[in-house]
Amino acid sequence: MRVVLSWLKEYVDLDGVAVETLVERWTQAGLEVEGVERIGDWWDRERLLVGAVTAVHPHPNADRLVLADVDYGAGAPHRVVTGAPNLLPLREAGALDRPLKVVFAREGVELFDGHAAGWHKVVLKGRPVRGVMSDAMVCSAKEIGLSDDHEGILILDDGAPVGRPLADVLGDVVVEVAITANMARAMNVVGLARETAAILDRPLRGVDPATGAPLGGAGAEGRGAPRAAGSTPPPAPAATAVVADDAGDLCAVAIEAPDLCPRYTARLVRDVRLGPSPEWLRRRLTLAGMRPIKNVVDVTNYAMLEWGEPLHAFDHDKLVARAGGGVPRIVVRRAAPGERMTTLDGVDRALDGDTLLIADAAGPVAIAGIMGGADTEVDDGTRHVLLEAAAFDFINVRRTSRMLKLTSESAARFGRGVHPALAETGAARAAALLSELAGGRAVGTVADAYPRPPAPVLVTLPLRDIRRTLGVEVPVDAVLGILERLAFDLTHHVDGATGAITAVEAVVPPHRMDVALPVDLIEEVARVYGYDRLPGTRMADPLPPQRDNPTWEVDEAVRDALVAAGLQEAISYRLVAPRAEARLVPGAGDADAGGTPEHVTLRNPISPERAALRRSILTGLLEATAGNLRFRDRVALFELGRVFHPRPGEALPDEPRRLGVVLTGAAEAAGWRTGGGRKLDFYDAKGAVERVLAALEVDAAWSPGRHASFHPGRTAEVRSGDAVLGHVGELHPLVRRQWGLGDDPVAAADLDLDALERAAGRVRPFRPFSVYPAMLRDLAVVVDEAVAAADVEAAIRRAGGALLADVVLFDVYRGAQVGAGKKSLAWSLTLQAPDKTLEGKVADGARARIVKALERELGAAAR
Amino acid sequence: MRIDEVQRQRDAALAALDAVDDAAALEAWRTAALGRASAVAALLGQIKAVPADERPAFGAAVNAARQALEAAFEARRAALEARALGEALGSDRIDVTLPGTLPPRGGLHPVTRALRRICRIFADMGFQVYQSREVETDDLNFTLLNTPPHHPARDMQDTFYVTDDVVLRTHTSPGQIHAMREHAPEPLRIILPGVVYRNEKITARSEIQFTQIEGLAIGEGITMADLKGTVENFVRRLYGPDRAVRFRASYFPFTEPSAEVDVSCMLCGGRGCQICKGGGWLEIMGCGMVHPTVLANGGYDPDRFTGFAFGGGVERVALLRYGIDDIRHFWANDLRFLEQLR
Ligand SMILES: [Zn+2]
Repeated sequence: MRVVLSWLKEYVDLDGVAVETLVERWTQAGLEVEGVERIGDWWDRERLLVGAVTAVHPHPNADRLVLADVDYGAGAPHRVVTGAPNLLPLREAGALDRPLKVVFAREGVELFDGHAAGWHKVVLKGRPVRGVMSDAMVCSAKEIGLSDDHEGILILDDGAPVGRPLADVLGDVVVEVAITANMARAMNVVGLARETAAILDRPLRGVDPATGAPLGGAGAEGRGAPRAAGSTPPPAPAATAVVADDAGDLCAVAIEAPDLCPRYTARLVRDVRLGPSPEWLRRRLTLAGMRPIKNVVDVTNYAMLEWGEPLHAFDHDKLVARAGGGVPRIVVRRAAPGERMTTLDGVDRALDGDTLLIADAAGPVAIAGIMGGADTEVDDGTRHVLLEAAAFDFINVRRTSRMLKLTSESAARFGRGVHPALAETGAARAAALLSELAGGRAVGTVADAYPRPPAPVLVTLPLRDIRRTLGVEVPVDAVLGILERLAFDLTHHVDGATGAITAVEAVVPPHRMDVALPVDLIEEVARVYGYDRLPGTRMADPLPPQRDNPTWEVDEAVRDALVAAGLQEAISYRLVAPRAEARLVPGAGDADAGGTPEHVTLRNPISPERAALRRSILTGLLEATAGNLRFRDRVALFELGRVFHPRPGEALPDEPRRLGVVLTGAAEAAGWRTGGGRKLDFYDAKGAVERVLAALEVDAAWSPGRHASFHPGRTAEVRSGDAVLGHVGELHPLVRRQWGLGDDPVAAADLDLDALERAAGRVRPFRPFSVYPAMLRDLAVVVDEAVAAADVEAAIRRAGGALLADVVLFDVYRGAQVGAGKKSLAWSLTLQAPDKTLEGKVADGARARIVKALERELGAAAR
Repeated sequence: MRIDEVQRQRDAALAALDAVDDAAALEAWRTAALGRASAVAALLGQIKAVPADERPAFGAAVNAARQALEAAFEARRAALEARALGEALGSDRIDVTLPGTLPPRGGLHPVTRALRRICRIFADMGFQVYQSREVETDDLNFTLLNTPPHHPARDMQDTFYVTDDVVLRTHTSPGQIHAMREHAPEPLRIILPGVVYRNEKITARSEIQFTQIEGLAIGEGITMADLKGTVENFVRRLYGPDRAVRFRASYFPFTEPSAEVDVSCMLCGGRGCQICKGGGWLEIMGCGMVHPTVLANGGYDPDRFTGFAFGGGVERVALLRYGIDDIRHFWANDLRFLEQLR
């Protein structure tokens, strides 16, 4: 919200308070200041003054120019040449009966160039204009930087003091304040004034309860207004009738949906003259961020910005015409099925059954709290204005606003809650301004339907709860002072024995719709007392029971193992395109783009590329691999994270944790000693996974397996006992092509972290090692290609028994010497006895036993 | 006479040794001077021919000669070896400026690194990690956190919906409810790291996916002063002991009183710069006392228990630490980014 300080100061005494102090204290107390704009802080105090045009004469040599005599408080008036369109009509006027107050600029002053596009500053220099010397000028709003208006010169209000530096008259400060959802009360000048008065402990200025106008008067300075006892008059006793037509023959109002509209008031202002608003009001609206339009609309906006009560102005004649010349009868009701209306912005809108309407006999005239209808809009022909001030259910306003995709200043306020008590003041203020500025007359009484005035809210706060929550003793006087300044009406609960106040019972003022619980009051105390006055302490509370977190520990161990193995961790978008995931399966590269039942699909994605949650951990890794291969010859990535699988009949998907690994390209980084040219393949991925298994102390077994994305002949299933831990393989060549991954093998792993966590921690007890010399024996056996190396090793270990300390495969050979369909596996055996030096013949015997076993079990032949 | 012969032979062998200049010649010399066919051996063979009274003197002379030759041999051998070593050291030079040989280097994602630092600091204060699911019910993400449907606070977070009742969590706070319901009425001290989602435009400053870390402490004596102390300790350990920390009032539906935490800008020292938009302060987390409604929803009696919660973005920690100018780097997995920050 843009806060105009001159406006705010009409309601709270801020004399002697620096802007910096205000900014600091507002920010501390929850009104975050996002920027400060100083209007006119660059204006030259000597050369930019309030002037009065006392006479206008024709220019001797030009029809489109006039000579204006300007009194700027320096004795004789100063003559300037100007082509201002709004002075031109006065060229024959001579001396003016009512001098025009203007902005007078003297030679040497710096101003914005009014004629140039954009904002360029120029220095004013005297020069003859069509033969008449002119060394000063009268300025447009653009030339002094107030707005982009350069249509004519700026005419100030009649009360502007001649000769005063402009900075003292039009200078202002606008503070941009972020209003959080609980601060709706501060979204208007009066509400912010109340907050400011409480935060800074400054007096509020008085308000005329009949008109809502500040008693000091706009723009006046240096008055010592008495502090008002309370700023809003207490709600008047409410009319309980559903129909209140005490406005007689002017209008009648009725609420048919009291659940959505606690109060509806209307008052008639006769004989308004539509036209531009005075300069001060236009300036304030502009500074506050609203565009001035014409007086009736400007006044409703002004009253709304000031009091927080959104108002709507209907053209009363149009309502009468719609009522066939009779008394307009306004009804607040839900829309009927299929009902439509055209709003002020010219859009024809379809309404639903929860849309609250303001309607008359001929149909809807406004969408309650959001926008008026085009048919009853105020226009240049309007004579009488019917002013609506009401209160609506904030949830319904928000719902309808979202449903219609229609927002407005009014909806923004009603959508955060406006108390029904505010209707009177808001409307009174607008009616008074219409009388003052548009020549209107408020007539009749207010038609007021207020079926169920809300009961006052009472909150009891035990004072010890303040300490219990904040951890510090706030002095009782400070507590009481803060709450009283915030307009809570307090009753003290006193301990009979000690006389100490133990609790306060607070009557919540109507503008505090956010307060209902004791903790709401504690927050008020804390933020006004100042968070900076709370100490920082270390928790004295007992430490909770401490527990292991195997999930977290497994994730961290996996990361460390893979980083040590030379892999880089990646983190991908979990949101993907279902069609991208389809590319994980061979031949499905052109699958349609829509969501699939296999995916958790968003209803409101930002783009088709991020429309669903990933099913596979490989998606992001393959995308990253393709991207990195454009400028790298080696990519080795891993990622840990959840994947998402819908569960039939369940609202929430399954979210298993997966580990993905992708390796491709050069096995070694390019360097001056490398150059073998080996490419990363299945065995590199397997090695990385073996590191993970070792780090987690998992007993795993490897066997040929199947994975939808992997080469059928180059896929291993990793198991631990009965549990499948996942798969390691090389990408299926078609999948590799679908991802644009080039010709090198792409090795990958897709593992189940939940299963790994369950299998982890199989501690192998320490085995004492032998101190006696070992005997080494080599063994090469030829087996069928189909025989797995793991089976050969297992057979060797079984046959070797206790003497076999270690076995290492050191060569795999295929070729003419062993014949087609066969392979030779060469093993190095380490044989060792625990208690003595092994004799050579014993080692030979062991080797022979192993050979026999291999021949028998696997049809192997020793070479 | 015979003793003269011994000395003459000895001197001849020593003279020959002077000419020996390499290991092979030295070995040949040894064979010639001390071997079975050597003059010394021949002289020893003559001992029986020496008159008995001269034998002791002759024997002693031959032995002395042999020992002298052996000593000379050793000295010569040592000198030749020393010379060879010296030559080898001179010629076996390498270029020590060639790059070292390294196994391929892996690395952690910068978000993981930042999370580890944060978790370590909170672990020292007794906070344990708690994680929960990422697709949540609307109830857990909002309503149980004191944000019922159509509540104005819902405007603060643009939400991805799966169905009317199922959302991608917009914060890690649903984990607070999970943890409370799991452990009430035990006291609680946990941090909740995790991935969260917001329906926003992807720009240099905003993302649809980011990492959040929240903390939650519940007990019978937890106060806002404790919150302040805990957060101050954390911030100063993360960003440096000289950082000023500022708490100011704010609003979150699930805490009351609520605060924003600012830290004095570490890039300009608080004088004001582009990163802190001239204000000298950087907003780093939100926090507050757990709202009584949330405590009750989690199974704790708000008349007995109080608690505090805090939370902030993890990417921001890395952004500030490394001066990263664009948040979109984090999930792009570009090795040119990742390898710089590991
Ligand atoms: Zn800075």
